[in-house]
Amino acid sequence: MTDRRQWPLWEVFVRSKRGLSHNHVGSLHAADASMALRMARDVYTRRQEGVSIWVVPAASITASSPDEKDPFFEPAGDKVYRHPTFYDLPEGVEHL
Amino acid sequence: MSGAPTAQLPPVAQYALRLGDDALILAQRLGEWAANAPELEEDVALTNIALDLLGQARVLLTHAGKIEAAGRTEDDFAFLRDERDFVNVQLVEQPNGDFAQTIARQLFFTAYQRLLYARLADSVDPTLSGVAGKAIKEVDYHEDHAAGWTRRLGDGTEESHRRMQAGVDRLWPYVDELFRTDQLEQRLVAEGIAVDASGLREEWHKRVTSVLDEATLAAPEGSWTAPGGGRRGLHTEAFGYLLAEMQHLHRTHQGARW
Repeated sequence: MTDRRQWPLWEVFVRSKRGLSHNHVGSLHAADASMALRMARDVYTRRQEGVSIWVVPAASITASSPDEKDPFFEPAGDKVYRHPTFYDLPEGVEHL
Repeated sequence: MSGAPTAQLPPVAQYALRLGDDALILAQRLGEWAANAPELEEDVALTNIALDLLGQARVLLTHAGKIEAAGRTEDDFAFLRDERDFVNVQLVEQPNGDFAQTIARQLFFTAYQRLLYARLADSVDPTLSGVAGKAIKEVDYHEDHAAGWTRRLGDGTEESHRRMQAGVDRLWPYVDELFRTDQLEQRLVAEGIAVDASGLREEWHKRVTSVLDEATLAAPEGSWTAPGGGRRGLHTEAFGYLLAEMQHLHRTHQGARW
């Protein structure tokens, strides 16, 4: 284990059986995309957690910075009118 | 209970033990990689495969006990038989060696098991056909895993190529035994219960050679052939140590459970 370079990091997203979208479940190290996919299968879906897997190179993700938390998210805090809670639902509408 | 020698069991029970022992012993070998694999993720992959095999072994050993009808359970067969009553092929008991050697063993055995189970799924014995039909998907993945690593290592660096070729060379002599048939198997083949192992040889070579070619590896030519005899309870030196590790807990604490 002298100068071995580590494999790149991959973020893993799994869509569960009843889920509509892929959810982030964790990360792993793999040499390339196809290895990452297989390893994700072994590490994250061994208890029937999913029916579909995405792997994304962690380096390809652009994330918001914790320093920008206030300008990014604070302004939404006091704008309750952005929530769709001021409508009267017509009768018979069930799935809203 | 320790029970009758394997060779005196009803033919179908013996056959179920052959397949079950192959799976059980390979699972034990792969389990040795737990916490020792080159990467954490690979550690999980190898032990997942081991657990798949263990699941197959449980059904097959239980089936043997039911046919024997002397009250022996899967645990009795796994933990209380002695070396000469195990009837797995010698390939699966070969030591792990380095990671490449383990992968070579996986490649050879999995290709064999995949072909075997595909045919066994048509067995007139419902337990045998059931376990084979269910396990095919598992074994498909095992084969994909082994072939993938064989290509990576064979067609990788100079060092990984050297190791992968060494693993292939080391285990090649044990391949021939996979395709040897005998009277017991032939009798069960005639009854539509068993698979004629000798009929798998050609397709096995096609499958494995194509992976080796892609991996820039060579099947050894003029290699010696191990005398074999695993199906008759003859095993190699490493097997006794494997059994000691696998059985000592159960034998020390009889009836111990999770």
